[in-house]
Amino acid sequence: MTATRKIRVLIAKPGLDSHDRGAKIVARALRDAGMEVIYTGLRQTPEQIAETTLQEDVDVLGLSILSGAHTTLFQKIMKLLREKGMEDVLVFAGGIIPQEDVPALKKIGIKEVFGPGTPTSVLIEFVQGNVKERR
Amino acid sequence: MGQIEQLVQGVLQGNRRSIAKTITLIENNEPEAQKIISMLYPKTGRAHVIGVTGPTGSGKSTLIEKLIGELRKRGKTVGVVAVDPSSPFTGGAFLGDRVRMQEHSTDVGVFIRSMATRNALGGLAKATRDVIHVLDASGKDVVIVETVGAGQSEVEIVEVAQTVVVILAPGLGDDIQAIKAGIMEIADIFVVNKADRENANKAISDIQAMLEMNTEKTGWKPSVLKTTALTGEGVTELLAKIEEHKEHLKMGALEARRKEKVETELAEAIKQKVAESIIEDLKREGEWKKLAQKILARETDPYSAADMLLKKSKRN
Ligand SMILES: Nc1nc2c(ncn2[C@@H]2O[C@H](COP(=O)(O)OP(=O)(O)OP(=O)(O)O)[C@@H](O)[C@H]2O)c(=O)[nH]1
Ligand SMILES: [Mg+2]
Repeated sequence: MTATRKIRVLIAKPGLDSHDRGAKIVARALRDAGMEVIYTGLRQTPEQIAETTLQEDVDVLGLSILSGAHTTLFQKIMKLLREKGMEDVLVFAGGIIPQEDVPALKKIGIKEVFGPGTPTSVLIEFVQGNVKERR
Repeated sequence: MGQIEQLVQGVLQGNRRSIAKTITLIENNEPEAQKIISMLYPKTGRAHVIGVTGPTGSGKSTLIEKLIGELRKRGKTVGVVAVDPSSPFTGGAFLGDRVRMQEHSTDVGVFIRSMATRNALGGLAKATRDVIHVLDASGKDVVIVETVGAGQSEVEIVEVAQTVVVILAPGLGDDIQAIKAGIMEIADIFVVNKADRENANKAISDIQAMLEMNTEKTGWKPSVLKTTALTGEGVTELLAKIEEHKEHLKMGALEARRKEKVETELAEAIKQKVAESIIEDLKREGEWKKLAQKILARETDPYSAADMLLKKSKRN
């Protein structure tokens, strides 16, 4: 039997943002790079995001946020992922996140933070280069 | 306990992490997957498997969410497999069905998994069937499979589901024409969704007219129902119809369907195993390249080569 592995990515939007253009652009770019991208729409709670990460058994979780509540939301998500035994998932964040918040986010396990206007090629390279062999 | 035994234990106890990991092994076609399925198999056959298919955007996911809600009210646990096509060019896929199913994403009685077709020729049915086995063995009372009804998949869904629901929407008139060949024979229940829109009644009478021309053989006459998935209107009636079909299957047709499915599964397993082992032997012995060379040189053709191999293997 020949194994056919694929990078599976969940693109999630925590918080109360009212549009998801950026998240969708990222989702499409990763798909076009050959990944399987699960998209769940707007206004996800940390519980929903963590549980979807678990059920879909994704290798990568991309969090997109514009609304400013990122620190608390991301902390909750990372805590729930740890509780569910999903700490090996590669997590990155994008959207509007002030530079001074980035070190704290990296400390809680978010591997990279991308500002608005990051070329999608940078994202693709990041995911391909950092995704772990999980099994 | 080894990794495989642990996963099997976990699935049987309904552990969501174990279910998710096992499905990944199946999707990736890893060698462990087959062992796990063999170990789970005795615990399968309990869930009612509902296939939901129809054209893009007809409201399948929205309606499934409402069905889940209704089933949960009745104390049933639910598994969902939402299948979407992989791009034939990049191999990537956009799996967006969950957008409509968020209401149940943290309910422990519901497990939802998105799956890409990965361009597996006929392999979709196999992978989907195995994922259904996992959800079934994990104790889900109902397993719902969503596929887009275009091309091959609507034919495959009938191989995995006990009750097939075809969801259409008004204004997709051309689509009805285009898909009718494949879909008319497989539907146990038709749904015209988006009944809040104009022309819903026209779509219903169009389908009924088409059904008139069909002669049914199994003693079940497909009916046409009307729903508005956005509001949930018509969903109880749909579930009642699904239950009615399930009861109908119990009267005898269920055994026949099960037998048919097991036969298909067996035939496919044999094809896969036997063909793979022959090809592997050829490759190991270096015969593979020689044969290919002969075909390239037009000294033989693929079919004669296969015939020759078959004769040889029968002699052994
Ligand atoms: N007006 C109206 N819109 C509906 C209804 N049901 C679903 N929709 C909308 O139709 C669109 C498609 O719904 P989905 O549930 O994603 O349809 P689908 O068949 O699962 O689509 P694919 O998975 O992409 O094939 C969404 O914008 C829904 O909100 C309905 O009863 N009435
Ligand atoms: Mg859908």
